[in-house]
Amino acid sequence: MSAIPFPAPPADSEEVLALRAEFRAFLHKQLGGRSPRQRSDNWYGFSRDFSRAMGQAGYLGMTWPKQYGGHERSAFERYVVVEESLAAGAPVGAHWIADRQSGPSILKFGTDEQKETILPGIAAGELAFGIGMSEPDSGSDLAATRTKAVRDGDVYRVTGTKVWTSFAHKADYVILFCRTSGTPADRHQGTSQLLVNLKATPGLTIKPIIDLAGQHHFNEMHFEDAVVPARNLLGQEGDGWNQVMSELAFERSGPERFLSSIELMLQLLDVLKGRTDDAALATIGRLTAQLAVLRRLSRSVAAMLQNKQDAGLQAAIVKDVGAVWEQTLPDFARQLVDAEPDPRSASAYAGVLANIVHNAPSWSLRGGTREILRGIIARGLGTR
Amino acid sequence: MLADMIERLLDRHLDDAAQGAAREGQWLPTLWAEVEDMGLPLALLTEDQGGFGLSFGEAGEVLRLLGRHAMPLPVVETMAANQLFAIAGLPLAEGAAGLARADDLKAEGGKLTGMVARVAWGDHLDCLALAVGDTLYRVPRSGWSVTEEGTSMNFQPRPSLAVDWTIDASAPLPHCPLAAGATVRAFQIAGALEAALDMTLEHTATRVQFGKPLQKNQVVQHELAKLAGELACATAAADLAGEALARGDDLGVAAGSLRAREAAGNGASIATQMHGAIGFTREHRLHLYTTALWTWRDEFGGQVMWATRLGRAAVEAGGDGYWPMVTEL
Repeated sequence: MSAIPFPAPPADSEEVLALRAEFRAFLHKQLGGRSPRQRSDNWYGFSRDFSRAMGQAGYLGMTWPKQYGGHERSAFERYVVVEESLAAGAPVGAHWIADRQSGPSILKFGTDEQKETILPGIAAGELAFGIGMSEPDSGSDLAATRTKAVRDGDVYRVTGTKVWTSFAHKADYVILFCRTSGTPADRHQGTSQLLVNLKATPGLTIKPIIDLAGQHHFNEMHFEDAVVPARNLLGQEGDGWNQVMSELAFERSGPERFLSSIELMLQLLDVLKGRTDDAALATIGRLTAQLAVLRRLSRSVAAMLQNKQDAGLQAAIVKDVGAVWEQTLPDFARQLVDAEPDPRSASAYAGVLANIVHNAPSWSLRGGTREILRGIIARGLGTR
Repeated sequence: MLADMIERLLDRHLDDAAQGAAREGQWLPTLWAEVEDMGLPLALLTEDQGGFGLSFGEAGEVLRLLGRHAMPLPVVETMAANQLFAIAGLPLAEGAAGLARADDLKAEGGKLTGMVARVAWGDHLDCLALAVGDTLYRVPRSGWSVTEEGTSMNFQPRPSLAVDWTIDASAPLPHCPLAAGATVRAFQIAGALEAALDMTLEHTATRVQFGKPLQKNQVVQHELAKLAGELACATAAADLAGEALARGDDLGVAAGSLRAREAAGNGASIATQMHGAIGFTREHRLHLYTTALWTWRDEFGGQVMWATRLGRAAVEAGGDGYWPMVTEL
């Protein structure tokens, strides 16, 4: 049988139910002044203060060992915090990537020294990370990476360019995927990952890439004979491909892959208040059914992560189906409500709709394009 | 274990000839007798109720398996009807049973009268688990006559029934037969989509065009990935509906049922397209599944009924209440 199995997620434990209530109260207190338009930024919102508050309250590094500032809680407890953050439109950008993928990668592949110096800072909400994967000539084709790191005594000298690095201008570190031997023709061979301190790396310049909505969260990172201490090598030299695939599995597994436009749903429901026509109600009903099932599939992925199973294929399905949900929501909204979207509007609905329509195209690009994901799923079905 | 036994039974007694006969509206007595011998009509009952006490996962596997083999007889309906009878303390069915809700029936002077629309194999049933308002009736075969023939999209009987019966078996309704029916249909849909995906993978691996198997084309691979996604959604949706039914939550049933209904249509379209013209014929077995999917997705309350109910709850919850509602589904 060829179905890709999703184990049933366990029922919420007492701890999980208690955590959800406690965390909702925390968010309510923290986010009182945040407008719908700000909430609709979803994980592109960036607030050091909010991330520090998360860290102080014990909501970051939740599954990590206490030794490194973690809290040794379950993957489900972390899932609750992640999905509630997104649903509430919390500005999670200053801890998002670190908590989701960089920290887990360091925990998995890092040296004791790296774990001791970096993980407690992430768990405290003090250290922000960006992703150092894509290049101008290497987007979906990650193995074509050109950025080169040459060992020179106790440093690496790095030359090359990375793009689409969200928050590189604000964050503290990236995990840089680069080539430590050979050429792009060697594909997966000879690649490695380096921890790069964005605030203290001579030879690194960071320039903004402005997106179509006029926002600055992307950046270009240009390395010109930049100096990175050799002790910042993450994992094994030459094992970068396996490591980066593992990092991508963390990146693709969460509920952010279908909740990007949730604020629009909330605003739409308020606009529809009092509507009794079946067409509107039925549309909302169908969307809600799709969302509930996506959430169940996503919780299955959390169950697999909790049991240390490889969930790469399942995560690809959730991301593929989830991106369709979050991207098509504005079209359903437009079928139900006439409103001209306006990115600077004081109206919550018109402003949120504009922000969602502007940003939606990126959701089937980031973290693996729709086409790459479908290729991964097809391979999982045994087609190639 | 049970799944293996069912698989063997269906391999033996549900061949293409049997499927063809069912499509002519012929009851399959040998198959039904085997189904009864195995105790399948009791599969959803607890051990206390005289069933096998299957876990939730095992029961789901049985239901999906019946979908996976496009079981034409009303086995899942009988399972769901017996579950209702057992909880309500009414006698179990002594043959196949139907499952219906008909709120405009009249219960007056000790008699129940009125029409029940489109009951699967209504002429061949032992009894009907019929809800009217908050009451469950166990109507025996002598309590109705067939008034109008009806036919499902997979060419099986869906007659409408004129009930005229002196009430002698009723109880407070444990849960709505439409919710129970929608839930078992969701599992059948997931099972049929499993079969459709397997067939589509097989066909696109063996069918060669332009010098290579179809599935070596990226555009075909992407359709296969979408089909796998629909299957994943249908399977999760059925489980969601099943859990909701067990805790008496009609909104959860609505959510699971709706997504399974949607997957039925989406999945059938992809599977047929990937088969090319042969998928549009009765020569290939795919049609057993596509026509079943087009049947099951519109039964036990329509898509609009369930979607409107869930949508109304969402609009009433509003922006502030929506997310807490979703996490309860």
